Amino acid sequence: MPLRLQLTGITKRFPGVLANDNVTFAVKPGEIHALLGENGAGKSTLVKMIYGIMQPDAGEIAWNGQPVVVSSPKAARKLGIGMVFQHFSLFEALTVLENIALGMDAKIPARDLEARIRQVMAQYGLLLDPHRTVATLSVGERQRIEIVRALLLEPKLLIMDEPTSVLTPQEVEQLFDVLRRLAAQGCSILYISHKLHEIKALCDTATILRGGRLVDTCDPKQETSRSMAEKMIGAGLKDIVRPEGRSMGEPKLVVSRLSTAKTGHFDVPVNKVSFTVRAGEIFGIAGVAGNGQNALLDALSGEIRSDDAESITIDGFPLGLLDTTERRKRGLCAVPEERNGHAAVGEFSLSDNSVLTARDRLGMVVMGLINSGAARTYTGKVIAEFAVKALGPASMAGSLSGGNLQKYIMGREILQKPSVLVVSQPTWGVDAGAAAAIHQALVDLAAVGSAIVVISQDLDELRALCDTLAVINLGQLSPAKPNAEMSIEEIGLLMGGVHGATEAHDAVPA
Amino acid sequence: MNLDLLIAIFITVVGASTPILIAATGELVVEKSGVLNLGVEGMMLVGAITAFLVVFLTGQHYLAIVLAAGAGIATSMIFGFLTLSLSANQTATGLALTIFGTGFSALAGQGYSARPVTLLGPLFPADLATHPVLRIVFGYSALVYFALIMVVAVWWFLKKTRAGLILRAVGENDLSAHSIGYSVIGVRYAAVAFGGAMAGIAGACFPLLLTPQWAERMTAGRGWIAVALVVFASWRPFRLLAGAYLFGLVMTMELYAKAGGGPLSAIPSELWAALPYLATVVVLVLISIRRDASTNAPACLGRPFLPSN
Repeated sequence: MPLRLQLTGITKRFPGVLANDNVTFAVKPGEIHALLGENGAGKSTLVKMIYGIMQPDAGEIAWNGQPVVVSSPKAARKLGIGMVFQHFSLFEALTVLENIALGMDAKIPARDLEARIRQVMAQYGLLLDPHRTVATLSVGERQRIEIVRALLLEPKLLIMDEPTSVLTPQEVEQLFDVLRRLAAQGCSILYISHKLHEIKALCDTATILRGGRLVDTCDPKQETSRSMAEKMIGAGLKDIVRPEGRSMGEPKLVVSRLSTAKTGHFDVPVNKVSFTVRAGEIFGIAGVAGNGQNALLDALSGEIRSDDAESITIDGFPLGLLDTTERRKRGLCAVPEERNGHAAVGEFSLSDNSVLTARDRLGMVVMGLINSGAARTYTGKVIAEFAVKALGPASMAGSLSGGNLQKYIMGREILQKPSVLVVSQPTWGVDAGAAAAIHQALVDLAAVGSAIVVISQDLDELRALCDTLAVINLGQLSPAKPNAEMSIEEIGLLMGGVHGATEAHDAVPA
Repeated sequence: MNLDLLIAIFITVVGASTPILIAATGELVVEKSGVLNLGVEGMMLVGAITAFLVVFLTGQHYLAIVLAAGAGIATSMIFGFLTLSLSANQTATGLALTIFGTGFSALAGQGYSARPVTLLGPLFPADLATHPVLRIVFGYSALVYFALIMVVAVWWFLKKTRAGLILRAVGENDLSAHSIGYSVIGVRYAAVAFGGAMAGIAGACFPLLLTPQWAERMTAGRGWIAVALVVFASWRPFRLLAGAYLFGLVMTMELYAKAGGGPLSAIPSELWAALPYLATVVVLVLISIRRDASTNAPACLGRPFLPSN
């Protein structure tokens, strides 16, 4: 049997970067093949060339043993290549059926298409109502649309781009079942991810990319997560170093019955959230995206003010009525999820961005005038201590890569030595090396007695980092438990179990 | 009020509504594809002067309509090239197009002011068209029926055809449509051209249907009402129909109020003239209070399409 897909010497160059450098690997029929690498390793560029979105500058793609030129996504689908994107290419205002019809090249009458959709859904256990509007569906359900759309074409190779980043553990299991069933029927799967335990659980072969080059092709079941991670980043992975004999201090941040108002149709407010974080404690809040994390961060940072002063206290001092600036003065700093536009202004220099959040705590404004020398010095210190790759304090924030900007933002807040730090998705889209540095910085900050709240969808991160865990679901927070005493199943159930089966998102209180 | 007057008012309303309805139907398709073309007024004026000149020189009314559509397309392609191929700001370009259309039509129409042409006659035989009651149905020129047919056709196209689905998809999420493999720019060019043709025909209504002569700025802001009407109708063709006749009614009321006499003049004609805009503002406020998906606005409206690669 010929190889399903064979890439030989694929090279792709962008202005100033070599995105793929002479990459060669093959996928066998029925194989689940992982494509592994950090952000910027060239995974996306590579699959875009396989799917015909881009053309390689050099090299050859062979399909079932025959050299081919994949000139467009349409041509790819004609060959039998399907793709499920990380960011869904869905149309929110249209129905499931209309969305799927748009992705079909053949013109099938709506009624026949619906029958085929129902058949594929039944065959793979992907339940969905074809007439629902996409805007009303959960993320897991939206992903099912993409999968159904790809499966309708009876693909021989299915490309999955980071499919699990938005799913609960149970949804991940369901997805893996579908993928294993597909593979058993002879469909090859190219699975892009940086979650190593998933790759170990699912994949037969792993191809690892680093800096656009192929580093290794290996059997993930024979490797440890650590060995694969080290191949990915090309260096030894640093463990988080925890200081010896750490003990928690007095309760520092006390949140009691904190609620926010519902602001828009798709926002989930928080409802009577209570928790306590002690000095030196890292408190993790897990949950699937869109369950009130944004409202919680805004309510803690002061962007949304409470009408009850006592709903948030630091060392007993009530903060509920204060705005962001006042809360910062009292020692509560926050880092929102969205880096560009919320945590930092892309069109401002790093120095100016420092002034925005550190001006009061570090005395950068005197008599209404900005002390730009102090801002520059402080920014230089952040750049040096957090190894931010930037030309200097005058660099525009928007010119930094996502990971570097995140390092800068985290550094900007951490070096202010806040007594409470609230961060959302601290390492989202950040490569493993930078993530490890950010984690270490958080642990170090906790070690000097700060209380830290980490809101994240990445369970691995929370498991590695936090002392205590709670789960946010539909705006409500589960009781907190020590991290070590919580099982992954328990967290998964608290996260709302399997989406779709319970229509969880429709049950949001109005 | 007697029956004859009511029928007369009704027929005047239908006539006054027709150019707005035609232009708004075109603009609805343009906006559904995600493009905001504020140059409707300018394209209408180019259509109006083209139609006037053709009728003045040849006397061919239907040729005038076709060439007005062509002139509308040509004008819209200026907008299309700037905003779609060069990613210029759509709002600014649309405004510029209106200024251009106003100036260009005034230039082309120099020396033709107040020269009379003949109106486009009714489509149906004179017996039907002059019958006191039947003329409510049969008494109009082809342009009126064209407007009604286009509303149904556009509804059917957007709702029932695959091409219409693609057009809505492009307006809803251009990047996704691009990644699936549809030509976002191509679809938008086609939509803008359709909008241009419709605006050109709407402009032709002025010399052919309403006042048989050329006057500078003779469209008198109806293009702007058409743009407002699309929002007023929340991008739904049949609401557009209702809205166009409602606006037409209010505009006719303005004329009667101006003419003086009767109960209508109790309200100043300026207030009648302002009513369509006030109504649009009220509707916009109501829509934005609801602030959910049911507003039906195309999500990419007015945003230039910039694929990342």
